[in-house]
Amino acid sequence: MADPPEQHETAGEHETAGDPVADGATVELALNDLRRELPLAPGDLRQFLPGLEPERQVTDWGRSERVEGLVDRTLYEFLYHYWFRVEVEGVENVPDHGGALLVANHAGAVPPDGAMIGKAIREEHAHPRPLHLTMEPSFTGFPGVGMLATKIGGVPAHPANVHRLLFDERQLVLVFPEGRQGAEKRLRDRYRVRRFGRGGVVEAAMRARAPIVPIAVVGAEEAQPVFARLSLLRRLTRLPSVPVTSPLPLPAKFRIRFLEPVWTDELGDAPWEDQGLVQTLSHDIRALIQENLFEMVAARRSVWLG
Amino acid sequence: MDSRRILITGLSSYWGGRLAQALEREPAAQAIIGVDSSDPRHQLERTEFVRVDTRHGLIRRIINAAAIDTVIDTRLVVDPLTAPLKLAHETNVIGTMNILAACSGSESPVRKFVFKSSAHYYGCEQDDPAFFSEDMIRPHPPRTAIERDIVEAEEAVADFAARNPDTTVSVLRVANGIGGDLHTSHLALLSLPVVPSILGFDPRYQFIHEDDIVGVLEHAVRHDLPGIYNAAADGVLALSEVVSLLGKPLLPLLPPWGTGFTAAQLRRLGLRIPVEMVRQLRFGRGLDNRRLKASGYSFRYTTREAVLKLRAQQRLRPLLRSGAESYHYEREIEEFLRWSPSVQSAPDRGQGVWRPSAAQIAQLERTLAALRPSDAADSPASARAPLPSYDDLTAEEVIEIAASLEASALAELRRFEAANRARKEVLAALDRNLARWRPSSAAQ
Repeated sequence: MADPPEQHETAGEHETAGDPVADGATVELALNDLRRELPLAPGDLRQFLPGLEPERQVTDWGRSERVEGLVDRTLYEFLYHYWFRVEVEGVENVPDHGGALLVANHAGAVPPDGAMIGKAIREEHAHPRPLHLTMEPSFTGFPGVGMLATKIGGVPAHPANVHRLLFDERQLVLVFPEGRQGAEKRLRDRYRVRRFGRGGVVEAAMRARAPIVPIAVVGAEEAQPVFARLSLLRRLTRLPSVPVTSPLPLPAKFRIRFLEPVWTDELGDAPWEDQGLVQTLSHDIRALIQENLFEMVAARRSVWLG
Repeated sequence: MDSRRILITGLSSYWGGRLAQALEREPAAQAIIGVDSSDPRHQLERTEFVRVDTRHGLIRRIINAAAIDTVIDTRLVVDPLTAPLKLAHETNVIGTMNILAACSGSESPVRKFVFKSSAHYYGCEQDDPAFFSEDMIRPHPPRTAIERDIVEAEEAVADFAARNPDTTVSVLRVANGIGGDLHTSHLALLSLPVVPSILGFDPRYQFIHEDDIVGVLEHAVRHDLPGIYNAAADGVLALSEVVSLLGKPLLPLLPPWGTGFTAAQLRRLGLRIPVEMVRQLRFGRGLDNRRLKASGYSFRYTTREAVLKLRAQQRLRPLLRSGAESYHYEREIEEFLRWSPSVQSAPDRGQGVWRPSAAQIAQLERTLAALRPSDAADSPASARAPLPSYDDLTAEEVIEIAASLEASALAELRRFEAANRARKEVLAALDRNLARWRPSSAAQ
């Protein structure tokens, strides 16, 4: 233990040297350490994320806890337990903390599968966490739809958004990497996973050094089958597609299987620069989901009863 | 602060006037000169005003004659409410070009150029990222006249920065400002008794309080901030949240299709909704302000707090309207006060109404800063008792308390005791208790 005068001197030095800039930064840093339990490098902008304001009703992303809670307690509750009778495997593969990119297969127009995956994490996981669902940006331009989707946890699918959520805010993000091809998938093509865009999803996870959790969902691709598409109406409304589909989602039995996380933080310094690696990993994840889908479809006896 | 001789262009704009007032308090600023084509609207103490438009020959002469080292450009027109479009283009593009021309050249004394730009630079599109950061290039070409102007002006500034590597060039992209003294189209909208919005949209809005805009400009003068910085307060609110904080109803008056046409009709009725605002009411905009925060600036208000402050000001306005007397610039009086030999040589100068000098204010601010509680928490343990009314406790009482304290508190207590009264029995008891903590901390 230092003797008192020396104590005094060092403290005095601190006081004179403490310009407000550095002091503010250290206080911020200390707060963030408490909040995120992880030390940050001085140049890391994550320590400057806006603080929490508990009086707020809507997050910076436009997500409203009130609206989301209401939909969750009524519609999702009903769909999850009674309509789709969701069964979940391997939910422990979703990490307890830190950013993670959830990647699932998808078909159909309006996605009940995204909502059900979010509900599954809230219901079954030991540490329930909010899930951010990326959506086609053209939805946000459509009146009403984009507004509601944002309120219940939708985020426009922009690489910068995914990166901020995964890397800076360390959240769970769900993507359907098949993109528009998935939304346009016809009923006859169900459970055949399309190519994952240009590998942007894997690249985003690599940049954020976040694990990828592949998810195989069975049932969702029959719940809202696309019989045909109307191109005239699509051009009029400027939506990505206007499908002819069932007015209500059909009560197919849902099975959600969370697979082992694929870690991206041990692939070297800047693995996203290596397009070969990105494409290989992207292909592997797609194959993994495909394999599990075939296995799950082969094992079920009925689309409706499971 | 390296800036000693400062030129503010656009002194008569709200920002120019407020910034000059803020810089006047800084004793290190030897000369503050403001130029504009109209009279200042803020009362200034020692800022010298030159009425001149943005002809570069004249500004160059002022810069060279006064050996200006810092130029702050606050003229940019970002709201069609404040100037007709043609004049706005003249000010934004031609004016910026002229001022940059006046600052450039190898023999120019200018070492720092601060440019107040606007977040309209990014525009509003449906496929925008939720938070724009400074190095993002706007994904679509500019859509409106004002946006085109801003992009063009920023290009000119970037070009100037590339040609003059010795000059620190800061570009501040400021979000929508709010505050009681501002007049913008968004504030006009938010001060209506019922706030109109577009049906089916709840855009994300990020504001910045007027004091913070002045603060950011001042920060850029005081510190060297080369590059581009987004200036927007923490927190992005949905429009519905903004309006409910203001205690008003939101009315989805504008249809989602044909919004521009309806806005044009409303303009005839007296409600001005510029094109930029229609786009913002549809898609909203968020900025990533972390680069500015990392440079050492801390915002005084979050977006939510700025909105709450606006509400208080909106409620006060009917009471203040009658009493407030606006300032009028009178050249003769201002010049008399600054230069008259009678004022300069007055024996009791400043004694009639006591007014602290710039140096006194700076001294006072330093003293106040030293007294701030956050600093007190960092001060040495010997300055402050670790327990309330510690000095009143007897040795026995302290020993009794020590048994229930945690290691960190014990250590602090021991430091304090050793520094002050250093009672032997107390120190011994504290050491005993500290020893009790040691094994457990080693185990951790």
